[in-house]
Formats: sequence, C-alpha cells, structure tokens
Amino acid sequence: MESKFDNPLWLLAELTYRCPLHCVFCSNPIDYARSGPELATEDWLRVLREGRELGAVQLGFSGGEPLVREDLEVLVREAHALGYYANLITSGVGLDERRIAALRDAGLDHIQLSFQDSTRELNDFLSHTRTFDLKHRIARLIKRHGYPMVLNVVLHRYNLDHIETILEMAERLEVEYLELANTQYYGWAFQNRRLLLPTRQQIERAEAAVNRFRARIGTRMRVYFVVPDYFEQRPKPCMNGWGKVFLAITADGLALPCHSARIIPGLEFPNVRDLGLKSIWYESAAFNAFRGFGWMKEPCRSCPERFKDFGGCRCQAFLVGGDAAEADPVCDLSPHHGRIAAAIEGAAHGSAAPQAPYFRDDQNSRLLSSR
Amino acid sequence: MAAAREPLRPDDVPMLAAGVRLQWEPAQQSDVLLYPEGMVKLSQSAAEILKRVDGVTAVDAIIASLQQAFPGADLRADVFEFLGIGRERGWIGIKVR
Repeated sequence: MESKFDNPLWLLAELTYRCPLHCVFCSNPIDYARSGPELATEDWLRVLREGRELGAVQLGFSGGEPLVREDLEVLVREAHALGYYANLITSGVGLDERRIAALRDAGLDHIQLSFQDSTRELNDFLSHTRTFDLKHRIARLIKRHGYPMVLNVVLHRYNLDHIETILEMAERLEVEYLELANTQYYGWAFQNRRLLLPTRQQIERAEAAVNRFRARIGTRMRVYFVVPDYFEQRPKPCMNGWGKVFLAITADGLALPCHSARIIPGLEFPNVRDLGLKSIWYESAAFNAFRGFGWMKEPCRSCPERFKDFGGCRCQAFLVGGDAAEADPVCDLSPHHGRIAAAIEGAAHGSAAPQAPYFRDDQNSRLLSSR
Repeated sequence: MAAAREPLRPDDVPMLAAGVRLQWEPAQQSDVLLYPEGMVKLSQSAAEILKRVDGVTAVDAIIASLQQAFPGADLRADVFEFLGIGRERGWIGIKVR
C-alpha cells in the first residue's frame, strides 16, 4: 500500500493561530477564531517523531506567530535531534537577544523574517501594527547570530510599485535569500482580493525591475519572484500534487495536504490527536481524495499537461468555481476562467478601494465566519 | 551572471554557506543538501565532493583525496565544475584568506 505513494518531505507545523499582526493577506483560514484548542507540547513532539519516521526532512514552524508558543525552543531542540532542517517563519515580534540565542542553541537552522513593505507607513498599515522599526532591529539580530538572512515580502497592488525600494532595502540588510511572494488568493487574501489584486502592468514592471536587480547583484542574493498564477494561462503544480510531498498540521491538530485545504467541503481531515501520521498520510480518505489522476474531470482528465500541473490547486477550484474536483480556474481551458479574467479586469479599472480592508483579527474572523 | 566573481583557484578553501547542511536521508537512500526553504537530492559523486568541503581543505587537497578514494578516474574538471555550480547556487562559499 504505502509503496504506491511518495513519502512526505515537507512538514509544516502551524503552531498557533495567535498573532500580534493583522495582515490583510494572511493565508490562515477566515474562521480561525473558531478553531479548537491548540495542540499540547507532547502532541507536537509526537507529530515531529512520526513525521521524521515517514521521511519528512524540511520542517517549517509557522502560525500565526510561532514565537507566541513558549515551548518553541523545546520543539526546535527535538526537531534538530531528529535530523530535521528546522525553519522558523516569523514576523519577528517576540524575538530578542535571549530568545534567538536559545533557539540557536536548540539547533534552529534558519529564520525567515517577513516585511510588509519598504516604507514604515505601508508596513504598519498592512499589518495593522507598528512593527517596521522592530523588524529592522530583528534583521540585524538574525545576522549577528550567524544565520543566513531570509527575507519574505508579500506583494500586491499596494507595494508592487515600491519594488525598487524593497530591493534596495534587502541589499542594505545584506539579505541572502529574498522571497518576493506575490499574494496567493486564499484565506484573508481572498476576502480582500478586490483590494489586493494588482494590474498586469504592475506585475510586468516589477518583474523587469527584479531582473535588472538580479543582473547587478549576481550570486550575492538569491531573489525569488514568480508571476502569480492569476496572470498565467496554466495552473501551478500546487504542492507538487495532493498528498505527494507536503503535510501541514494546524494549531488545533488537523492534518492537511496544503495549508488552506480545510476550506474544502465534504472532506473530513483527520486530527493528529486521534490518528498516527502514517495512517493519515497513506490511508485517510482526505489524503487520497485527489491523489493521482482518477478523480479528474474534463478538461484535466484527458489533458497532456496533467502530469505536469496535476490540475492545479484544489482550493482555488473550490473558491472560484465551487467544485474542488474541477480544473483550477486560472487555466484558460477551465469553463470558469472568465471569473479570473473578470477579477483582473476589475482591478485594472477599479480606481479607489471598493471596500474597507478586512484586517485579520478575532473580531473579523467571528464576523465573517458567522455569515 | 556572476561576472564579477573571480574563478575558483586550486588553493581556495571552499566551505558550506551559512545555513547549508549535508545529510544522509534513509527514506530517500541518498545524501541531500538542505538549505533555507529547499533541498536537493545529490548524486553519489556530488556527495563525495561535498563531504570533503569542510572549510579547511583546499580544492587541490579535495581532488587528491578523491583520486585516492577513486583511483583511475580524472576528477579534476568535475570538481571544479561542481564547486562552481555550488557557488552559483549559494551552497558554497570561499574562505577569506
């Protein structure tokens, strides 16, 4: 049975949904405020051991803000002992000299720090916090402790035109890895899509600026910039296929084949409190729902590109088209592709903000999930 | 792309860049190179080279060590090529003299 499928390589531990930031493009579920109690330290330690036995090696500690968990150092120490490459994905809030030294001592391999923009005004507006100066201090702290500097900036309509100053900021901070992550429209970002979606011209300008920067900076900095799937004609090979290499565990213990999969109706995702990871990965109905190619409908079923893109993203098929088993609507062969085109068109011609942003906070979460 | 970079010299001492780790993975029956947000499965020859990249041994000595372990093969060009790729991808740095 198990030899039929690949083992997971990436384990994402979303330790908590608590977060001091309130970013409008957060990928956490809209209804996070109604999720169950967080896993205990012992649960996470068991998840780490079982994940490693399955073959996972890249481990992300994420959230929410993972530094909120006071047992983070304990989890990092166990992860390191098990042979994981341990990544901390953080806003930087909660990191200080004492904590970074403790994490380093526990064996943390790298820290990915997020910035929302190269300007204080927009950084603080988008995250609904005053964190811009703090993030600069944290960036220097990360450097001082011998970590490679990995900076993540989520891009969208409001900061794509600042790309040059974002690149300059990265150079000033002596960043080694710069991830310019174009917004993916899930969770809070989908809720705020009309606000965040850029124009095609913005994407093209930014891509050209990135390419000029790459030519100048050479190998000193690796810059990742991928044109967002809304602006492509074919879907991304989401997660490299459902249940293929990626396994996410949510703060309340659900095991997911991607971090937003819990929005898909009709699937019952197993909880690590009830079931071991091995059984979850190989045997659960949810992890087998979209494995392979048998579940596909037309146009995917007979498409020669299905082996390359696996039909794209199941969550996007559901969010935009209403059926998770259909083709990803960013594909121009999808009958729902017009909805993507209309959204982009709307962004190009919608001048002023058509709605107030939904900041990610408990009140909005309860409000939006009660509808 | 890295036009400004000087080519690798025989007496350069290569080292794994910060945050890069070489490790045997039983599940994959292979050596892998781990780095921020990524990993690559290594061929046996790439792994043999990287095992000798320790921040102390110079390129020449790495080649000599490989020749001893795998006699008969001329590995010099392969080592220079692979270390060059490693530098391009940010896996390998050169120790400052």
